[in-house]
Amino acid sequence: MRLTRPKELTETLDLLATRDWHVLAGGTDLFPAHVERPFSRPLLDISGIPDLRGVTRTDTGWRIGATATWTDIVRADDLPPAFDALKAAAREVGSIQIQNAATVAGNLCNASPAADGVPPLLILDTVVELASAARGHRTMPLQDFIQGNRQTVLQPDEMMVALHIPAASAAGRSSFVKLGSRRYLVISIAMVAARLADGDAAVAVGSCSVVARRLASLERALIARDTGEPWEKCVEPEHFADLKPIDDVRASAGYRRDAARTCTIRALAEIAS
Amino acid sequence: MSMGAELAGHVEGIRFTVNDQPVEALSDPATRLTSVLREELALKGTKVGCDAGDCGACTVLIDGAPVCACMTAVAQVAGRSVTTVEGLARDGTMSRLQRSFLDHGAAQCGICTPGMLVAATALLNAVKQPSETQVQDALGGVLCRCTGYRRIIDAVMDAGTRIESRGKGVGAAIPRLDGVPKVLGTDRFGDDVSPHDALLVRVIRSPFHRARFGIGDLDAFVAATPGLVAAFTARDIPGQNLFGVIPPFADQPVFAHGGETRFRGEAVAALVGEREALQDLDLAAVPVSWTELDPTMTTETAKTSEPMHQSRPGNVLVEGFVARGDIDAALTGAAHVVGDSFTTAFVEHGYIEPEAGTAFIRDDGRIEIQACTQAPHMDREAVAAIMGVPEDQIVVTPTAVGGGFGSKIDVSIQPILALAARITGRPCRICYTRPESMRSTTKRHPARMTVNVGADAQGKLMGLRFEGDFDTGAYASWGPTVANRVPVHASGPYNIPAYRARAVALHTNGPVSGAFRGFGVPQAAIAQETLFDRLADACGIDRLEFRLRNALLDGQPTVTGQHFDTGVGIHACLTALQEPWARARTAAAQWNRDNPASPLRRGVGLGTCWYGCGNTSLPNPSTIKAGLRVDGTVRLHQGAVDIGQGSNTVITQIFAEALGVAATDVEMFVGNSDVTPDAGKTSASRQTFVSGKAAMLAGLALREALLRHGNVSDAAEITLTGGKVVLRDGGAERRLDPATLPVDAEGFVFRVAETYDPPTAPLDENGQGEPYALYGYGAQMVELEVDSELGTVKLRHITAAHDVGRAINPQLVQGQIEGGIAQGVGMALMEDYQPGRTENLHDYLIPTIGDIPEIESIIIEVPDAEGPYGAKGLGEHVLIPTAPAILNAIRDATGAIVTTTPATPDRILTAIRAARRTAND
Repeated sequence: MRLTRPKELTETLDLLATRDWHVLAGGTDLFPAHVERPFSRPLLDISGIPDLRGVTRTDTGWRIGATATWTDIVRADDLPPAFDALKAAAREVGSIQIQNAATVAGNLCNASPAADGVPPLLILDTVVELASAARGHRTMPLQDFIQGNRQTVLQPDEMMVALHIPAASAAGRSSFVKLGSRRYLVISIAMVAARLADGDAAVAVGSCSVVARRLASLERALIARDTGEPWEKCVEPEHFADLKPIDDVRASAGYRRDAARTCTIRALAEIAS
Repeated sequence: MSMGAELAGHVEGIRFTVNDQPVEALSDPATRLTSVLREELALKGTKVGCDAGDCGACTVLIDGAPVCACMTAVAQVAGRSVTTVEGLARDGTMSRLQRSFLDHGAAQCGICTPGMLVAATALLNAVKQPSETQVQDALGGVLCRCTGYRRIIDAVMDAGTRIESRGKGVGAAIPRLDGVPKVLGTDRFGDDVSPHDALLVRVIRSPFHRARFGIGDLDAFVAATPGLVAAFTARDIPGQNLFGVIPPFADQPVFAHGGETRFRGEAVAALVGEREALQDLDLAAVPVSWTELDPTMTTETAKTSEPMHQSRPGNVLVEGFVARGDIDAALTGAAHVVGDSFTTAFVEHGYIEPEAGTAFIRDDGRIEIQACTQAPHMDREAVAAIMGVPEDQIVVTPTAVGGGFGSKIDVSIQPILALAARITGRPCRICYTRPESMRSTTKRHPARMTVNVGADAQGKLMGLRFEGDFDTGAYASWGPTVANRVPVHASGPYNIPAYRARAVALHTNGPVSGAFRGFGVPQAAIAQETLFDRLADACGIDRLEFRLRNALLDGQPTVTGQHFDTGVGIHACLTALQEPWARARTAAAQWNRDNPASPLRRGVGLGTCWYGCGNTSLPNPSTIKAGLRVDGTVRLHQGAVDIGQGSNTVITQIFAEALGVAATDVEMFVGNSDVTPDAGKTSASRQTFVSGKAAMLAGLALREALLRHGNVSDAAEITLTGGKVVLRDGGAERRLDPATLPVDAEGFVFRVAETYDPPTAPLDENGQGEPYALYGYGAQMVELEVDSELGTVKLRHITAAHDVGRAINPQLVQGQIEGGIAQGVGMALMEDYQPGRTENLHDYLIPTIGDIPEIESIIIEVPDAEGPYGAKGLGEHVLIPTAPAILNAIRDATGAIVTTTPATPDRILTAIRAARRTAND
């Protein structure tokens, strides 16, 4: 059998320990990666595990289950405004068809430099929860989870079970700006997520480095800003010095660096408006 | 794959419902839901365009929510409810939405229609009266390459409002006659016709632009691989391993021979086997060895590289040339001269249906090929030569075609299928993957063009010089046609006394460039039309006025010295834009003044076109056969392949008008190459004109035969009723009973076949002559907004005036205009095929439903003396003005001059900054 569909997490982790699998959830990355070649491993379909579903409030913040879809994010109507960037990103992921199937966790595990989910989750200080039969559960900040282009710290016997957003980081307001060459079904040239709260600021840029990243120097400038000064006036070119954009078919590196700055200014202006 | 054995020990299938019917799927649980629906459950309405979630053709509802069935494992729908397009109609009656799609002309080729309908159904279930934005959001995941999306938006927003019948003959906007199966999802496309037990064929292709290859022991590989039946290569071809659409230039092998491949995606071998076994085979395991060689990837390096084909030094395939008057004197004497160099990209046709079909050995021993094609008779000729048999030993039956736009004129799958069927003796099928389709089939030629154009102080054009290199790729395909068409058309529809144009098609190791809507003319128009704006500005004349002043008029010579006494429609098209132009220019300027701090800048741009219909100075006949059958029906053998553009409807309307009956009284019959005569290829905007003229002659001939038999006058009315033909002439009435007349072998009691070949004259060494019997004309105006900080473009509105001579079916004309514009938008702003880098529909971008603005079509009817009922061709014209109009509007908005397409945000922003520097100097 080329596919197994467990109903419980413990059973899933036991199976993961037995051999190499492709973990299947929404399928929107796995199937496109196998257009002209067969699956090299059997599929472990986690989409039927009830415990992994949903977006829920916890004692410490918010939990996004590993099989929560982008549509689940759009429809979660009790999320605070700090999640607006994530909701906006959810509406921009591919198409309705993709949003109905694709999972937020899968977007992280796929670890594309252009993953729409990463910047809005970075500004929420998201912590990922991984699990394996051998080592139990472990958690780490999202920025430590993604190591490079299509590279994560996931071990072969391990899977992501949830994302956690700390209550303290779910404060303030947020926005998301995605730049692409067409209206729908588009891979970003650049994207920016920003969140501003009392005494706190978070800005993350995607598609402009191997892994989306927070702009620490800009965040410090935003926190230190004189009240009354518009947020976007804090944005300086050197805040983007750590980005390492590449030239590709979608845009040049130089354009990406400029666009990241423009999109950042707009994201901040949108929050202020 | 041990699926059978696994299932033997696991007989329980996966249970779910499809369209409210319980089903149990026995396929492997990892199988894509598309495959289960189409192959196991034989529900072929769900289409596969990419297998990657990029096109949405496979959209189904799972528990009411739209998802891509291609990215769903069948195990994941266990216990759930699946709705496909087959579930939208009740007892064969179209849903209101399906009816609305038909009424609005929202389905052209029909390949995206099931996905559109299913996605729209989910929307209408949630929102009764959706807004335009809601429709776009709901359908943003389904790509359409034919319609330009606007009719689809209207059809969804107006679902439930019936459009009443709109007449019956020439000029009537009747819904397409072949439309009902398209909206029901029952139309049979290339991958929908194979018998269930057909073997699958897969092709081994070069992974490099240029490579040496060696083929190992394929027979041993086949013997060692369960489920494989045969493998074949160049040495298994019984006839000539050679094809090409223009016989004197035929140079392309079915399978590469001589140990070298010349482009990435070139075929070297094919495997045949049981579907389940072969579809999961990793082709990397096939024993073929590759050594990458240094490729030639640009026309510049091609000129000094070793010739790819021995008879073509300098890698020059064909050089086209047109000259008239003294160009040097004209440009020297001109008061104003502008010039620039331009570069365009490979453009992929992007039809949503990949090449697909089936071949089998008929009971009479002949090979029959059923496939999507634009040219069934050319396919037959090519396959016969490859199989080494007379043409009458090959039968070609065209299936419905899910978009073509030029690429499905060349053979692709046909010879491979014929070989597979001959070698195995069993029905064989193939369907290219999306990357395979993109890698292996033809593209629009990339062009590098340098143009100079001058005018006198009053703004009258004096001379234009055009030099263009066109990358024709590894093999000839339609490269000669592009090289010859471009110099004839690079003037645009203008009166230019001095002219010199040269276009060279050069071989590289790029993908084969062939026919694509416009044959090189859209590239040339980018250079000519954008320079006209700069020249008008230099002359200090309004850009529309400049074009009006120079527009070709009846009686004036074209650049090939041809004169048309009537029918030159460009002036009328431009005149129709005068009021919209004045309004749009004022509105854009006002908005820019009112919003000085905004990074958004609005602009308006113009583009025009002319395009000669039919082959360039070559014979180009169509034959249309029709008749009255013994059962009293009138049958029209419609050999002009409908690839979505509407020839099934237009040809029938013309024939019916000539015969004197309603189009709906005519039984339109496509048939195969045995019984339906050659109406030529669907290309060069020739079907309405050439096949339409043959259909008109056939209709008139049949009318004449019926009237003569009834001994009534030419004024008689023909009515078909109850198997009889009633002829009414004044007070007299004659009843003609076909059942009493002698019947021929095909069931006809009256049969006619008429041929029309448009009159042309050869071009001399300076390109002077009469290349086409008629041209069509058009002018478009684009209103847009540029984000001057990001270089992005938002199209706001397009107004398109096209002279079609006579609109045989105004709804289909509108559909062609909107669809052509959408492809022009793609070419202008986003489409860039790079072999090895953009071989799928997420890296290669075509416009989505959110990228096409409202389009106002203005149909101009300047009758042509030669066309049927005055009609001219339209299919290619509509794409030509769009890209230059967009570039002109970008310049109008920002001053940015973009000379490389696509005009991506990156390129536009660079050009905006360059324009600012120039302004500050």
